[in-house]
Amino acid sequence: MLPRPSPNGRRVLPWIELGLLAVALVLPLFLDDFWVLFSTRVLILGLMALSFDLVWGYAGILSFGQALFFGMAGYCTALLATKLEITSVFVLIPAAALVGLIVALVVAAIVILGKRQPSVVFVALGTLTGSYVVERLARGWSYVGGQNGISSLPRLTAAGHEISEGPVFYYMALVLLVLVYAGLRLLVRSQFGLVLAGIRQRENRIAFFGYKTQNYKGIVFSLAGLISGLAGVLYAFHEGFVGPGQLGPVLSTQVVLYALFGGVGTLIGPIVGTGLIDLLGFYFSHLWNTGWPIILGLLLLAIVMFRPNGLLGFFVSDRERVGSFGRPSENPQAVIAGRKTAERVVP
Amino acid sequence: MNLLEARGVTKTFGTLTALSDVDLLVGQREFHGLIGPNGSGKSTLLKCIAGAEVATRGSIALGGRDITSATVPERSRAGLSLKFQITAVLAELSVYDNVLLALQAQESMLGLMLSRSRRALHERVMHLLSRFQLESRRDELAGVLSHGQQQWLEIATALAREPKLLLLDEPTAGMSPQERRATGELLLPIKDNCSLLIVEHDLDFIKDICDSLTVLDQGQVVASGPTLQVQNSDRVREAYLSHA
Repeated sequence: MLPRPSPNGRRVLPWIELGLLAVALVLPLFLDDFWVLFSTRVLILGLMALSFDLVWGYAGILSFGQALFFGMAGYCTALLATKLEITSVFVLIPAAALVGLIVALVVAAIVILGKRQPSVVFVALGTLTGSYVVERLARGWSYVGGQNGISSLPRLTAAGHEISEGPVFYYMALVLLVLVYAGLRLLVRSQFGLVLAGIRQRENRIAFFGYKTQNYKGIVFSLAGLISGLAGVLYAFHEGFVGPGQLGPVLSTQVVLYALFGGVGTLIGPIVGTGLIDLLGFYFSHLWNTGWPIILGLLLLAIVMFRPNGLLGFFVSDRERVGSFGRPSENPQAVIAGRKTAERVVP
Repeated sequence: MNLLEARGVTKTFGTLTALSDVDLLVGQREFHGLIGPNGSGKSTLLKCIAGAEVATRGSIALGGRDITSATVPERSRAGLSLKFQITAVLAELSVYDNVLLALQAQESMLGLMLSRSRRALHERVMHLLSRFQLESRRDELAGVLSHGQQQWLEIATALAREPKLLLLDEPTAGMSPQERRATGELLLPIKDNCSLLIVEHDLDFIKDICDSLTVLDQGQVVASGPTLQVQNSDRVREAYLSHA
């Protein structure tokens, strides 16, 4: 079915989403092994960037701690695999989601949930500190491998079959990404998403409507932790390794940049940002290894200064990005009947 | 029984006393005006009642329930609704979605995730938009409405939750005379279901719609009672003239 046009123009986002999905579905057929591995990594980090978009782009929570949930899930599942020899995706993926969710709930209880609204800066610094502290702990704890992390992870299995890196792993990551994406799309376009849009714009105003805004933010933050956890287990077993770097502020910040570059508040933007930054990084680092980070930094600075909505901002209007949440009824009888009801309850 | 009973409300900001031992009573289905010169503490009192500020001393009860230490959402759920002095519509959302957001506040989180009430609330959204003459602009962004229409949209969203008491902070500020008249006409019908506490500088507007008045000066109550009685009070005239 064709996407419906918005009141003030054509809708672009569904076409971008469908186009990218079509490309992603056939990509492994045309790529060699190296690029399939590269693309799988993009899908996994894109999943993590999606979690940041959910918290910042939709709920106005500036989290610099997404790696904390990513890495904790990676470490916990790596321990399950190495210590208990559990490699089934049907155990490890739900376990990673649970770890991400629980860790995010704990962090939310500290930095978000409370009687008064925490400031954006407080949450940003709180999550950044959490990410940093846990990375330092992991580096010093020999049980989880210290500086070296846990390496030589066994392959994931499904019904006794190993899931090797390559097209099979790629499609598993793609299925998970598409499922999460579809779920989030429904969520952010639901009445719940309308509350998030209100919180993002004027949290104080929403509280006067009777919404307990911290609870909404806590739920969204925890959900984003769950998604990061999913990305964490995929990354650990795709790379065959989990290390302290997967818990720390560097990865957390990298994900923020992916999202800002692609365009926050669009869901698809952070995935596009992940792919483009990794691709540009790969080529430019070969051409000019020491200078590439400078080019990347300048590019990101330019995007943030001149196009705060990221690359997607060139194609997607603000109106479409924010979206509409009402569902007008076309049945005149229903409207009349409803007005009679409304007149009884609304003065 | 009074709907709102604020007793001995005092609010200090450091060494500044904005409100000093203020009593305010608002009856059921009463339109009560709160007037006074600039800096007299009107908006601070309204904020203390709504929960945007916490009173330093005193008690506030709504419908017999003590809400002195209740949070903003708890006060809202108890039946208080506030329209801010500065227009605070959600500019990036459509006019329709602004009203829907206010109406759906009673739904459970799960219900909102599943969008259970979106279709059911449509008629109530349209009814409110129609009452405030915004029906034809429902798909436009709230931020592009004129100032007067934004004020109406805010009043519509404040009324959406069927409050027992509506607090309005200068609802006609910046409006044309025609818009002020229309605002008065839009507010009068709510009297059957709702009380109103209104802060306003336009005394003609206040006299037209309010049953009773409380006058504040330098954080203290100068006079309180039926509108006619208060407006003829020598103390009130003195308070206003001394600031003129």
